[in-house]
Amino acid sequence: MITIEVDGQSLEARPGQMLIEITDAAGITVPRFCYHKHLSVAANCRMCLVEVEKAPKPLPACATPVMDGMKVFTRSPLARAAQKGTMEFLLINHPLDCPICDQGGECELQDVAMGYGGDVSQFSERKRVVRDEDIGPLIATDMTRCIHCTRCVRFGGEVAGLRELGATGRGEHMRIGVFIEHSIGSELSGNVIDLCPVGALTSKPFRFSARAWELTQHDGVALHDGVGSNVHLHVRRNKLMRVAPRENEALNQTWLSDRDRFSYKGLESNDRLTRPMLRENGKLRAAGWDEALQGAAAILKDTQSGHLGALVSPNATLEEMYLTGKLVRALGSDNIDHRLRQCDFRDDAADPQLPWLGQRFEDIEDNDATLLVGSWLRKDQPLLNHRVRQSVLNGGAVLAINPVAYDFNYELDVDIVCRPSEMVQELAGIASALGASTAGVEVSEDEAHRTAAELLKQAQRGGIILGTAAMMHPDFALLRRLAANIAQAAGISWGTVGFGANDTGAWLAGAVPHRRAGGSAAQGANARSMKNGSCDTLMLLGCEPEGDLADPLNGAQALGGARVIAMSAFMSPLLEELADVLLPMGLFGETSGTVVNLQGDVQHFAGAVSPPGEARPAWKILRVLGNLVDAEGFEQNSSAEVRDELLALCGEIQPDNTLGSAEAVQQAYQPEGLQRVGGVPMYSVDALTRRSAPLQATPDAWDGHLRMNAETAAGLSVEDGSTVCLSQGDGRVELPVRIDDCVADQCVWLPAGVAESVPLGCSFAEVSVEKV
Amino acid sequence: MNKIVSYVRSLFLFELLKGLGLTGRYMFTRPFTLEYPEEKAPVSPRFRGLHAQRRYPNGEERCIACKLCEAVCPALAITIEAAPREDGERRTTRYDIDLFKCIFCGFCEESCPVDAIVETRVYEYHFEERGEQIMTKDKLLAMGEKYEEQLAADRAAQAAVR
Repeated sequence: MITIEVDGQSLEARPGQMLIEITDAAGITVPRFCYHKHLSVAANCRMCLVEVEKAPKPLPACATPVMDGMKVFTRSPLARAAQKGTMEFLLINHPLDCPICDQGGECELQDVAMGYGGDVSQFSERKRVVRDEDIGPLIATDMTRCIHCTRCVRFGGEVAGLRELGATGRGEHMRIGVFIEHSIGSELSGNVIDLCPVGALTSKPFRFSARAWELTQHDGVALHDGVGSNVHLHVRRNKLMRVAPRENEALNQTWLSDRDRFSYKGLESNDRLTRPMLRENGKLRAAGWDEALQGAAAILKDTQSGHLGALVSPNATLEEMYLTGKLVRALGSDNIDHRLRQCDFRDDAADPQLPWLGQRFEDIEDNDATLLVGSWLRKDQPLLNHRVRQSVLNGGAVLAINPVAYDFNYELDVDIVCRPSEMVQELAGIASALGASTAGVEVSEDEAHRTAAELLKQAQRGGIILGTAAMMHPDFALLRRLAANIAQAAGISWGTVGFGANDTGAWLAGAVPHRRAGGSAAQGANARSMKNGSCDTLMLLGCEPEGDLADPLNGAQALGGARVIAMSAFMSPLLEELADVLLPMGLFGETSGTVVNLQGDVQHFAGAVSPPGEARPAWKILRVLGNLVDAEGFEQNSSAEVRDELLALCGEIQPDNTLGSAEAVQQAYQPEGLQRVGGVPMYSVDALTRRSAPLQATPDAWDGHLRMNAETAAGLSVEDGSTVCLSQGDGRVELPVRIDDCVADQCVWLPAGVAESVPLGCSFAEVSVEKV
Repeated sequence: MNKIVSYVRSLFLFELLKGLGLTGRYMFTRPFTLEYPEEKAPVSPRFRGLHAQRRYPNGEERCIACKLCEAVCPALAITIEAAPREDGERRTTRYDIDLFKCIFCGFCEESCPVDAIVETRVYEYHFEERGEQIMTKDKLLAMGEKYEEQLAADRAAQAAVR
């Protein structure tokens, strides 16, 4: 450690640190525009000029390494004059249109100009004007306001991994733009809104709707992926106006994925449920809460013990899951599941105590090798992918076994693209090359397997990530067993990344049929058997049958054959047709609760706005339902009480991925013909995201096409744009074809969670395609 | 001595005569009273009466929804909602002034960067029903259209000191 002196204050520093890091840590304000702690140093705005003793000129604090005994003055006459001069230059080409600028009131340039600038400009010539480009539905541009700090450009290259924004021209003619006008494709693109110190890049969905001073800020947790990103909810007049990241180095750093940032727009959807509804003579009608709850309680009481089931969204809070489980179990059933999109439950007995990612997020950055199995991590969990990308920049390798050559923002060292049915063999190949057990799968090792095995073996630290395509796979049990074997043989970790924000929490809350809250064993029906019609009464919690089930076709049939009590925030066609009682619930930002992320962090959050109309937080609904069916233990007065009760039950359960022993499973999925590739598009993961208009307008939203590669298309004699009929079992759907050479041979890519796949079954299955 | 003077004054009703003298003097000056409503007092160009929203000569509404008036209003009488207009311009979708709350301080007018919200010379208005006290955007713009000439002249007269 060395000692420097800033404004007479003696400060400790590590050699090589930049001056601004020391002053920031000590709370000494140095104005800046281009410096950002998670981006490289550019030192091009010159705003952070400070006086350093014995230096002939003021030096930029962001690019000046500290030296022992250095004396720095941040507010000396020389430093002030330099800052004032810089400010005047920056304002030469900046329009003074603050009244119509969305950044007004929260603008770094405004603040710094007030604090460090002069009163009058000596510049009276014409200001330059820059043409705006349309860069998509999320980011609004006013490039005339740009001060060329290049934070957005550096963000693109260093964090998003896509160089989409760049600078052309020099000096006065410098422009920031996208070169060829197109929508920005990064799933982290929204962060440039926060990065931009001026109003050049602002949020399009939020555009002109509120001023910073009108908003109250509430802490929240994003509920769309397993990272549990910390967010600020900005509320005006009891309406959620926007979502911004809240810094948390362990989780989301200063970033936020677009999905977490813009999903709130779905809250305004027209099909929001605002009143309880009851089915009477085959028709739904609006009802009061009393009536609806009595109706629901009557159905529950009327259900034979063992025949009540609950399908719980993996995005539900810990409290909602726990109370649902408690209610179902109080009525003598154990049928509750949150694994709505999983198809293979053969290996349930071996389920680990508390499945998680297997690694802390921060540790992923130091991975020497990461193996992705059936995972488009970049789109499924954008901020986890950011960590993996950092590991690549740190010299780590990434290997992948996927049914589609998914587009990653880094190079894959081993990229195995195979038909879904071959994923098991490929993974077993790596296991065999490592000398691990192949779980009874016949293997033919090839060069790729040996390379992968070598990389995994050599890794000091590494991880295997089973993604959504693996979890939806009909042989998930085998994939998981193989991953565990490989991890053990290579001495690395393995884990699953599921579909929701509370996948890990669900295991604590007992939202699985074979594990009660706290971990004691039980025997209930899983999501698949509930969907196959094993229950007379089904409770849905935040689960939309069209988009959230692995098998919407069977799901709809099961719901049709049962009495349905749905707690939902939205009306959907299937619910309208099949639900007997609809109880409107609050959603993201409208309810308090707790979620557990993929690394096992328990995060509590409070509601920021009240739910619309008569909707209520689901934990309150469940609590009253519990009272109405005379169940014990439903006397909680706050969600915190529910959480404390549950956490006391869970005691010291730690995240643990150790698989138990179970009967060996055979490979079940060996179709002959054309195979469907599933997965869930990133903006179709849950009901809220599916209703967010700005997200649905991005290139990442599913475009309603059936994708296949040119060879497969030629074999079927179809071409790009032609309409085909896809049949899968009893389900049939007509849709246009798009040629996409990323898809494996003899496969068609049609994910779950989108309107086109609602009439179909499981998303990995044998299908046939005919030209219409 | 003082006692004697005061005694003499009160004996000769000096104070009464003094008062009568004042009354007598005013009997012969011009009266100040106006026969309102037939006659009206002159109004300053700075008068702060009922609000109006102005338009530019080409018909474009001036207000750009910067919300400074809403922020500065000490009585919280102004409520604004804004959104991009069809052509992408920043415009209000709602602009309400609650006249029950308004204290006619004129801060809104002062804070407005584009002279959109102004206070006219109108001080004669009444409400007959609940809700009429809300000056909506339409009402404000109608006021502005009606009094534009006067408003523009007042602003021009005050240009040097505004």
